[in-house]
Amino acid sequence: MIIIFYLFSFLLLAFALGTVLSKNLVHSALLMIGSFFAVAGLYILLQAEFLAMVQILVYVGAIAVLVVFGVMLTRKGSVKDSNLPNRYKKVGALSAVIFFALLVRSIINTSFPAPSSPVVGANTIIQIAQTLLTQYAVAFEALGVLLLVAIIGAIIIGKETK
Amino acid sequence: MILSWPTIILEISSLGIGLLLLILGLVFTSLKSKATLGYFSIIALLLMLVGSFYLPSGATQTFINNFYVQDSLALFFKQLFIVSALLVNTMALRYMKPHTNNRGDFFALTFFALTGMMMMASAAEFITLYIGLELMTFTFVLLTAYKKHDLKSGEAGLKYILLSAVSSGVLLYGFSLLYGLTGALDFSSLVALFAPTSSPLLVWAIVMVLAGLGFKIALVPFHMWTPDVYEGAPTPITAFLAVGSKAAGFVAFIRVFFQVFAVYSPIFMPLLIALTVLTLLIGNLIALAQTHLKRLLAYSSIAHAGYILLGVIAYSKLGLSAILFYLLLYMFANIGAFAAVAALVINTGQDKISDLAGLWKSSPFTSVVLLVSLLSLAGIPPTAGFIGKFYLFTELVSRGYLWLAFVAVGMSLVAIYYYLVVIRTFLSGSVAEKTSMTIPFSLKLVMLVSVVMTIGIGVFPGPFTDYLLKVAQAFLG
Repeated sequence: MIIIFYLFSFLLLAFALGTVLSKNLVHSALLMIGSFFAVAGLYILLQAEFLAMVQILVYVGAIAVLVVFGVMLTRKGSVKDSNLPNRYKKVGALSAVIFFALLVRSIINTSFPAPSSPVVGANTIIQIAQTLLTQYAVAFEALGVLLLVAIIGAIIIGKETK
Repeated sequence: MILSWPTIILEISSLGIGLLLLILGLVFTSLKSKATLGYFSIIALLLMLVGSFYLPSGATQTFINNFYVQDSLALFFKQLFIVSALLVNTMALRYMKPHTNNRGDFFALTFFALTGMMMMASAAEFITLYIGLELMTFTFVLLTAYKKHDLKSGEAGLKYILLSAVSSGVLLYGFSLLYGLTGALDFSSLVALFAPTSSPLLVWAIVMVLAGLGFKIALVPFHMWTPDVYEGAPTPITAFLAVGSKAAGFVAFIRVFFQVFAVYSPIFMPLLIALTVLTLLIGNLIALAQTHLKRLLAYSSIAHAGYILLGVIAYSKLGLSAILFYLLLYMFANIGAFAAVAALVINTGQDKISDLAGLWKSSPFTSVVLLVSLLSLAGIPPTAGFIGKFYLFTELVSRGYLWLAFVAVGMSLVAIYYYLVVIRTFLSGSVAEKTSMTIPFSLKLVMLVSVVMTIGIGVFPGPFTDYLLKVAQAFLG
């Protein structure tokens, strides 16, 4: 179990690094799909099968494809050097490493409480649905409005005006 | 399960009116009938405002499971949001005409933003709070980029969405750390679960929540988006951002830091004091160098976030009521100033400070509005700004932060200088061509309301402060 966890974590980090460092935007998008799959694997290890499924359906199936479509529709010419280098690469890397080191130090020095209730295997979807439509009803409905706003926005910004 | 509908009736009506405006925009075919949509939105907001005074405001009510509460604090902020939306929509009636093609979507979007803000005022759970925040932010991004043929507007929208995505990431990381440490996300459980001793990771969580909410209220060093977005957005939306979005950030800030993290105030207070001093210094000093009125007001809004945070540092009932009072007067002063900018932009298409020269001749009314608004922002009697600063600073001194009050007063003097430079420009200045400005009636109405309220609150602050002290007492128990 622990070996599989480390395997998925390693894959996730490797894919994520590749996404950031690759010069070709399409390669970055493909590597990002790999990292989404690795995250889904971690969810399965945590017995959150539904979440893993949604992760693959939504992130791989929709978001990654959307990124590739975005690249296809906006870029003219070669995609070879489409992921532009950043002037702040070194500063960014340094601050990320410092931040990571500090966080790791804090995580090691913190004792986490044990999970209160063990996760139930087969009923997760029912439980998620019940939670979303009772306790989180307000947030759930508002998310629907959020999506509506996004659609309206896409039309406003995308539509050609005379 | 008992659902208490009065808790959420304002959100539902705001949402319903927004959807209705969208549908009406499709149903109405002639341009003339579409032009009525803006007036419809204003009437609806007026009805909501009147209705909100009939809502039960005494005891705290919850909608479901303590996740959504309506107390007097939430109600005050909702009324503040409705008033700001009302003034902004009135301002936009004429201003946005060239950009909306008479469609109803602009006014519908302001209602969706209003719904998001109201959710932030009532949310007593981090996920609900986050969704409200994102609903507000998303809508604001769209409204910012609404003038899509204007490069600055598009750039501002892009900057806003990228930077707010980063800040949301930080905020969510903070929430997830809180959940990992306690297993709860609703405020009442968190308060019960928090032990006085803290773990290092909890400090990180607090810092991340501070950074995420600090972005919304334009706290230095999370303020970088403010000048560009304020400059690029259509002027009524800039006013809405400066007033509504900031107040929504503050209500979340108040709930989280006065209520949820109350046990840990010794931990976050030094950080908050440092950031507040930084905000006061940078906001006011960089404002000195501005040549555009909207950018100047953006830096002044950053500086005002600093003043308002002084009330959080005081960390008392009086401090909280001073924050609420300041937000109220800040709304009217800022709307007045932005309405004057809107009048200028409609007539000249410019918002440079040097363009103000001769305004006294071409439009005395706009000059008076701008004068009163800027004096209120500078904190000069008899405007409300003086009373607001007075309450904040005296409470700060009585809590033992004398040095901080000195810093704030010093920075207020700097602020008076840059406001006076603007005032001098439009009071003096020779007019080359004496063209009188034409100001639409709706804009005049907004200016009139803001001036009357700014002076009214300044001369008779009693009823307001009494009421707000009651609100603060009810919230802090």
